[in-house]
Amino acid sequence: MTYLQSLTATQQVGLLFLILFGGLMLVSAVAVFTAMRDKSEQNDHGLTKFAADLRATWVGALVFWLAWVSGAPGATFLFAVFSFLALREFVTLMQTRRADHRSLMLAFFVVLPVQYILAGSRSFDLFTVFIPVYVFLAIPVLSALGGDPLRFLERNAKIQWGVMVCVFGLSHAPALLLLDFPHVHDRGPFLVFFLVIVTVTAQMLETFISSRLRRRPVARMIDRTFGLRAWALACLGAAFVGGLLFWITPFKLPQAMVMGLIAGAAGTLGEFVMTALKRDAGVNYWGNTGQVTGAVGLLDRVAPLCFAAPVFFHSVRWYFQLRG
Amino acid sequence: MNKADAMGFVLAAVARLITGAQGHWKGVPPKAEQRIYFANHQSHLDWVLVWATLPADLRVQTRPIAAADYWTKTPLRHWITREVFRAVYVDRERKEGGPDPLEPLIAALEQGDSLVIFPEGTRSNKGLPQEFKSGIFRLAKQFPHVQLIPCWIDNVQRVMPKGEVVPVPILCTVTFGAPCNLREDEPKAEFLVRAREAVVALKPGGHA
Repeated sequence: MTYLQSLTATQQVGLLFLILFGGLMLVSAVAVFTAMRDKSEQNDHGLTKFAADLRATWVGALVFWLAWVSGAPGATFLFAVFSFLALREFVTLMQTRRADHRSLMLAFFVVLPVQYILAGSRSFDLFTVFIPVYVFLAIPVLSALGGDPLRFLERNAKIQWGVMVCVFGLSHAPALLLLDFPHVHDRGPFLVFFLVIVTVTAQMLETFISSRLRRRPVARMIDRTFGLRAWALACLGAAFVGGLLFWITPFKLPQAMVMGLIAGAAGTLGEFVMTALKRDAGVNYWGNTGQVTGAVGLLDRVAPLCFAAPVFFHSVRWYFQLRG
Repeated sequence: MNKADAMGFVLAAVARLITGAQGHWKGVPPKAEQRIYFANHQSHLDWVLVWATLPADLRVQTRPIAAADYWTKTPLRHWITREVFRAVYVDRERKEGGPDPLEPLIAALEQGDSLVIFPEGTRSNKGLPQEFKSGIFRLAKQFPHVQLIPCWIDNVQRVMPKGEVVPVPILCTVTFGAPCNLREDEPKAEFLVRAREAVVALKPGGHA
């Protein structure tokens, strides 16, 4: 461990990508062989879901690599694009009316860029309150000026939810990148890496364990596989992976495990909430193109991160009393 | 690449960024055959969306219909419709004893071009399309070898409602159905109803 910590940041990054892409290739190879060998019907559904998750992990890893290569401004821009695409998908599935046009314009063309500029310029105090305080008021005001009282609360709640999840939540990922710790520099990218790995691990473990453990689901109408035991095990797994990665973070081993637990728990619960949301919107799976306009599947992929990133960011910032 | 091609590229890119411009080819594959696409009409963006959804090789031979009085008024409008979209201009006002308003469409079809038409004649924002005008029947009768493809354009009225100028990013889809050609001895009224139903049947579920 002391050897790992003695490496320079660049060397550590190199090592990380080696581990990450190596591991992914290994898992993909195993998945390909399993798919060739095992043709039985009952495993089919679990395997396709696993394959989809694996593909998403590949994409996530590549995106992270791109973010690393392009540096802080590039990463901020990259996440802003993801925010835009996710919000576009979210708004499509939620019924809005004509009177909401102005509030939607505000959300897409003002709130989104401003939030990412705030993240990029490290104005974290304003960054934290901009959407929950100022935008919270601005959106219903514009909506009310639209002059349509029908389902007013519902429509505004939908837009505000979309902004909170897709813009506020996701913008915490590049903010992590820019968070400055005393005594250690350039640790931001490692934190994002830590967060992504931990949430993805928790999500995949949750899928995997719940397909093995045939338990009674806690909320059958929302998710037929989500069980408390699988969830708890997935969170523990996330804590374990977080502990394994402690050497790249500014944390000590126990801190890293707790942070892993927090991020993993927030991510999996976030995904659960998102499932409830899409049931409400009449979608069984975000990716069922052709059935419902707008279900492209990106939202499915970023949802855990959207919920985990702010929780993780504020836990770190509060615990370490960071001002920057 | 000349100016018109560049403009077309930019417009298609913007349409994709804002609406996703997804095409679902349910009834026919996207093949470069001569076709008349007919769709529901809810917004000014309808044509751009259909056009952006088509693959590049189909785009060059597919033309929109444009009202001559509006789309030739300023040099920019004229240039975009003429050079970028190669629009077929029609007169909205039918003069007594004047030329057949379908004349330009017939000329374009005789050249072998494909067309995108909106048989309702006007934009409707009531959800379901209004009754179809008879022009499509006459084209179907005169060009029995040209495939008539029904299309449903979904969500576009939410992108830019009437009276707004800035579009909001919302995903849209265009669903292309199976060919709906004129049957032998099919009466006009029956065909128009059947064509309209073919369009409505393509509407995706999930919301009202």
